[in-house]
Amino acid sequence: MGKRSIIPYGPQHPVLPEPIHIDLVIEDERVIEAIPSVGFIHRGLESLVDKRDFNQMAYVAERTCGICSFQHGMGYCEAVEHIFGVDVPDRARYLRTIWAELGRMHSHLLWLGLLADGFGFENLFYQAWRVREKVLDMQEMTSGGRLIFSVNVIGGVIKDITDEQMQIILKTMDEVEEELKVLQKTFLEDYSVQSRLHGIGIITKEQAHDLGCAGPFARASGVKVDMRKRGYAAYGELDFEPIVSNAGDSYARCYCRMMEIYQSIDLIRQAIGKIPKDNTLATPVKGNPDGEYFMRVEQPRGEAVYYVKANGTPNLERMRIRTPTFANLPGLCEMLKNTELSDIGLLVLTIDPCISCTER
Amino acid sequence: MSIMKFAPEALKNLFKPPVTTKYPFVPFEYPERARGHIDIEIDQCIGCGMCVRACPSSALSVNKNEGTWTINRFDCIVCGYCVEKCPKKCLSAVPGYQEPEGEKGEATYQKSPEVLAEEKRKREEAAKKAAELKAQKANEQLANEGNKAK
Repeated sequence: MGKRSIIPYGPQHPVLPEPIHIDLVIEDERVIEAIPSVGFIHRGLESLVDKRDFNQMAYVAERTCGICSFQHGMGYCEAVEHIFGVDVPDRARYLRTIWAELGRMHSHLLWLGLLADGFGFENLFYQAWRVREKVLDMQEMTSGGRLIFSVNVIGGVIKDITDEQMQIILKTMDEVEEELKVLQKTFLEDYSVQSRLHGIGIITKEQAHDLGCAGPFARASGVKVDMRKRGYAAYGELDFEPIVSNAGDSYARCYCRMMEIYQSIDLIRQAIGKIPKDNTLATPVKGNPDGEYFMRVEQPRGEAVYYVKANGTPNLERMRIRTPTFANLPGLCEMLKNTELSDIGLLVLTIDPCISCTER
Repeated sequence: MSIMKFAPEALKNLFKPPVTTKYPFVPFEYPERARGHIDIEIDQCIGCGMCVRACPSSALSVNKNEGTWTINRFDCIVCGYCVEKCPKKCLSAVPGYQEPEGEKGEATYQKSPEVLAEEKRKREEAAKKAAELKAQKANEQLANEGNKAK
C-alpha cells in the first residue's frame, strides 16, 4: 500500500468550465475516493418566488442556466400550465419542440468542443464550436437571443417562427449534418481520440441505475431512460427512440451525444414537417394558480425535475428545481474511483457538468 | 481505427477564409428580432407604470408628472416582458447590445416640452370639466332639496 494523500481539484481549474471542488484521495497516482463539494455560486433563484409573481418567474427560471435555458423555461411553464389546466395551442407545442432541440444541439456541440479541449485536441475544439455557431445563429434569428430565448410564457409562446425562417433552419440543418459527419470521423474513429476515451471511467448499467444517473450519462451505460418519451410538448407525436450504448465508458458518452445531435436534427425536420398552421400561440390564463405539480423534462444533460406549489396568490409558495448534474454527481464520484489522476479532468467533463444549474 | 483522421480537414482549412469576422472593422449584422436593448418612444408613453410592475429585475422607474422613464441598463436582462405588457406599445427590444461604460448609471428619457405642455393643458382641461360637472351636480342637488322643502 502506497502513501495516501489528498489533492484538491477545482473550483478553478483550466479544464473546468464551471466551479466544482473535488477532494481526491490519491494512492500512488490512483484515485481511491472522490469527495465533491458544491455551493460556490449559489444564487437563490428558488427563493425569488417570494418576490416575483408566477409570470415573472418564467423569465427567472429560464436564467437558471445559460446552456439549457429554453428547457428550464419550458419545464417551469409546463408545470404551471398543468396547475391551471390550460391546453397549450398545437403550434406552440411544436415551436417549443423545435427550440428545445436546437438547444440540445448547441449544448451537445459545446460539450464535444470542451471534450476535445479536455484531451488536448485544440483544432477539433474550434471546429466543433464553429458548427455550434450556426445553431446559435438560428436561435438568435428566431427568438432574438443567442442563448436566452425568453419566448416561453404561461400558456404558450410569444414568438412565431415564420415559414421563411423554417426554410432557413432546414437548410442550416443540412449544413450542420454535413459538417458533423466530418467531425464524427475524428471523434469516433481517430486513434488518438480513442486512446483517450476507450475504457476510461466505466460505469456499469447496475451502477448507473442504482446511483440514479440521468441523461446521456445513464444512456451510455445502457439505461434506456429518456423523459421525452413521456410525450410533453410535441414529442408524443414524433418518431424517435432513445440512443443507448452499452459500453459505459467515456467513448460511449461521446458516441451517445454525437448520435443525439443527429437525432435532434431529425426531430427538428419532423416537427417542421408536421407543424400545424395556426395563428394562436398562447392560451391566456386568468387568475392565480392553486395546486401543485411535478414536471419532468429531458434536458441536454438529463432529466430535470420542476416542483411547483401554488396557493392562489400571485407568488408561488414553493418552486424546486432538481437539475441533471445534481443527479449525476454520485455517478461521477463512483466513476472517479480507481482511475489515474491524469484522467480526472477529462472524466469530470464527460458527465457534462453544469454547476450553475445545480446550485441555482 | 486510423490515425490522422483530421489531417485532410486541417489542410483544407489552410486554404479557406476564416469563419470569424474582423469585428470592429467589419460591422456586425444583427438579425431583425435580436433583443439587444430596450428602446422607448417616450412621447407615446402615458406613464402608467405597467412596465415597472412587470420588470423581473426591477430595472425600470417612471415619473408621470415629470414625464420621465428611467432604465438601469446594468440591471436590465432584456427579457422583453415590459415590451409585452406596455399598453401603448411604445417599448421595443431593438438590436444592438449595451455598450461598455465606465460607471454604472441610469439612463433617463424625458418627454419633449411640447408634449408635456400639451399633456398639462389636457389635464387642466379635464380638471376644469370635472370641477364644472361637480358644481353642476351640487347645484342640481341644492335645487332638488329646495323643491322637497317647498
